[in-house]
Amino acid sequence: MKDQLDYLKVNAALGRISRREFFGRAAALGVTAVAANTMLAGAVRAAGPQKGGTIKVGIQGGGSGDSLDPALAANATMSQIVRMWGEPLVELADDGGLNGKVAESYSSSPDAKVWTFNIRPDITFSNGKTVTADDVLATIERHSGEDTKSGALGLLRGIKSMSAPDASTFVLELDAPNADLPYLMSDYHLMIQPNGGKDDPTACIGSGPYTLASADMGVRLVFEKNPNHWDSAIGHASTVELIIINDDTARVAALQSGQVHMVNRVPPRTAGLVGRAPNITIRSKSGPGHYVFIAHVDTAPFDNQDVMMALKYAMNREEMVEKILSGYGTVGNDTPINASYPLYTELEQRAYDPDKAAFHWKKSGQTDPVLLRTSDNAFPGAPDAAALFQQTCEAAGIPVEIKREPNDGYWSEVWNVQPFCTSYWGGRPTQDQMFTTAYLSTADWNDTRFKNEQFDQLLLAARAELDEAKRTQMYADMGSMVRDEGGLICPMFNDFIDGMSDEVAGFREGTPGFELMNFYAPIEMWVTA
Amino acid sequence: MGPALRLVVQRIALGLLLLFLVSILIFWGTLILPGDVAQAILGQSATPEALANLRDELGVNDPPLTRYFEWLGGVLSGDLGTALTNGKDIAESIGSRLENTLFLAFWAAVIAVPLAILLGLLAVRYRDRWPDKLISGVTLSTISIPEFLIGYVLMYFVGVKLGWAPTVSMIHDGMNLGQKLHSIALPVAVLTLVVLAHMMRMTRAAILNVMQSPYIETADLKGLTKFNIIWKHAFPNSISPVVNVVMLNLAYLVVGVVVVEVVFTYPGMGQYLVDHVSKRDLPVVQACGLIFAAVYITLNMIADVVSILSNPKLRHPK
Repeated sequence: MKDQLDYLKVNAALGRISRREFFGRAAALGVTAVAANTMLAGAVRAAGPQKGGTIKVGIQGGGSGDSLDPALAANATMSQIVRMWGEPLVELADDGGLNGKVAESYSSSPDAKVWTFNIRPDITFSNGKTVTADDVLATIERHSGEDTKSGALGLLRGIKSMSAPDASTFVLELDAPNADLPYLMSDYHLMIQPNGGKDDPTACIGSGPYTLASADMGVRLVFEKNPNHWDSAIGHASTVELIIINDDTARVAALQSGQVHMVNRVPPRTAGLVGRAPNITIRSKSGPGHYVFIAHVDTAPFDNQDVMMALKYAMNREEMVEKILSGYGTVGNDTPINASYPLYTELEQRAYDPDKAAFHWKKSGQTDPVLLRTSDNAFPGAPDAAALFQQTCEAAGIPVEIKREPNDGYWSEVWNVQPFCTSYWGGRPTQDQMFTTAYLSTADWNDTRFKNEQFDQLLLAARAELDEAKRTQMYADMGSMVRDEGGLICPMFNDFIDGMSDEVAGFREGTPGFELMNFYAPIEMWVTA
Repeated sequence: MGPALRLVVQRIALGLLLLFLVSILIFWGTLILPGDVAQAILGQSATPEALANLRDELGVNDPPLTRYFEWLGGVLSGDLGTALTNGKDIAESIGSRLENTLFLAFWAAVIAVPLAILLGLLAVRYRDRWPDKLISGVTLSTISIPEFLIGYVLMYFVGVKLGWAPTVSMIHDGMNLGQKLHSIALPVAVLTLVVLAHMMRMTRAAILNVMQSPYIETADLKGLTKFNIIWKHAFPNSISPVVNVVMLNLAYLVVGVVVVEVVFTYPGMGQYLVDHVSKRDLPVVQACGLIFAAVYITLNMIADVVSILSNPKLRHPK
């Protein structure tokens, strides 16, 4: 029987028999479906990547107004596009560390103030030019200049000086120590371009595994394999086609009808149903993204700690994960940090407790209803989540009034403007970045108006601390402060949900970063049939 | 100048005036949209510096009246401006999108118009018998269902379950005509179902109206077959209302396909418009609005002109 199974496995892995057929025949040999699935996955990996073919990706997020300039990348489609033709200095590795891309290695001075990146020798841009430290320098300059529109500007504040002493060395000196600096260099805006893209930012010339063959923004982009790419272990398909399908139903239907091999952002409500199809696998992974209810703690009534505690205890987090995310997510704990971050410490989980909520509400002396603003734009299902919250608050005697805001202009008129609303965060690569972006007293996007001197000091101290144990403790302390004193009510962390057809293989579980294996799925997976 | 010609000239002048008024309305309407274009372009992850830099560059700080006349001057000389979001020439981007929309509308019309008229003739032929009731029943139910729902239903059964037609209607230059037609099969079917009933009912009503006339009775007494009477004698005399409703529906096929284009991810004007509305890209929204208005007004004008010219009393004044 083993021989027969091995024969089947190899054939299924090579795509000579279908997955469904493999399961059927394996079952006939007395193998359970789960065991058969594991067996097949192993065999597919063992068969190794196959070169050639076309991978078609149905992707959400793009529009015809998108630019090809990586500095302006702001949605999933643009993030995917820059990964195809470009490479940053370093990239997040599966183990939570970093892999070298354009930089072969890096090191820092003992005080974490001066960072040196060694550029990989003899790699070229797709226009044939050799990648030098000057190009890296120009790239970082373009994204950190005063007049830049780059989405990475926020990450690059605090650079004191940059230099390229020779063609393969790039040195960054910072105003203040930052142990996380290399992580920032993995940001998807920071694709290294010839002369930093100063000449033509939208040229799509980089050192990535693919080159742009045709682009119709918001519709379809085609990439061809870059034959001169330095890393032969990636870039298996000879052509990658990105088809922008923003409508959820249409995107899933395209996967089901076999028009595309993979899609991102499968709606949680239908993910279970879609995954039942024999030729489709739903891949979900937890990420740093979270859906939030945010209150300005410097504005009445939220400046009253008892009001905040009442609202926090009135949140039924399990119900939110189950009903809003259909189980594709994990409960939040009123901090923006979860296990997907390096140096994470689990804090005591806050649970739904209507009695405690009622106690704090009474103690606060408030009687007026709390006004909560929401819109579908805040996160999928936000109005439903608001309604659920209203009910659990009512059970604790807290009156909540919901105001439905228009999707248009939500980010400019409501979020970070109105005192209590629903919103989301995509998360950041490090705890330092997340706290700096939204919880530092002086942060532009301090959307809970959390201002705590002790917290700010700890944040700066942690940034300079190279001892991991000490840093971990500092982050745990900061997490507790946000959780107990902040204006953040975080009911849930949402999973990234992708759909993959079984005509492509090579998916890896547990990759860090965004959906579609941090957008490396079209590059690192391959066509089996 | 004959009365027919005078009416036609009047009608055209009226159309142009209407277009001018619409341009004012479109310009004013886009000004009152909430939100900020710079914020919409850079998304939630925009820094205040980046926002200020972008706003300056886009020139959204000029007074509206100046912007209106600059815009109108540009439009009259064929320059629709550049998109705020990606700096591309709008006329150029719209060109290919408009071509795609017209391509879809054309094939939908090629199927829908003759089919609707034929069904209308059949309904008259078998008036009040089961074919008439079946035709009316089916077409009236397809017009009553929202088009996106028909789209999803066809997508699921014809696209996913049967696998006969692609669910994503992607067309690009590398495809030949056959591939393109296969690709747009589902949206064409949806559009056909949506516009069928209106044209069919109007044809039926117009012909029935004529069927009461004495000359129809004469034709009947001559011994012509029922269908021949309808086709040769009744239909030509009811052409005016039919042309009107056909033109209205053609206009709908061009300007009303926004939802269908989005559902089937078809790269036409509708999808282009939706993309840019969500990004607050005013020049593009204005240009699309103006083109849609022009198409609508022109087709209606043609319908009016045809009915004026098809009226013998106006063509041959005493």
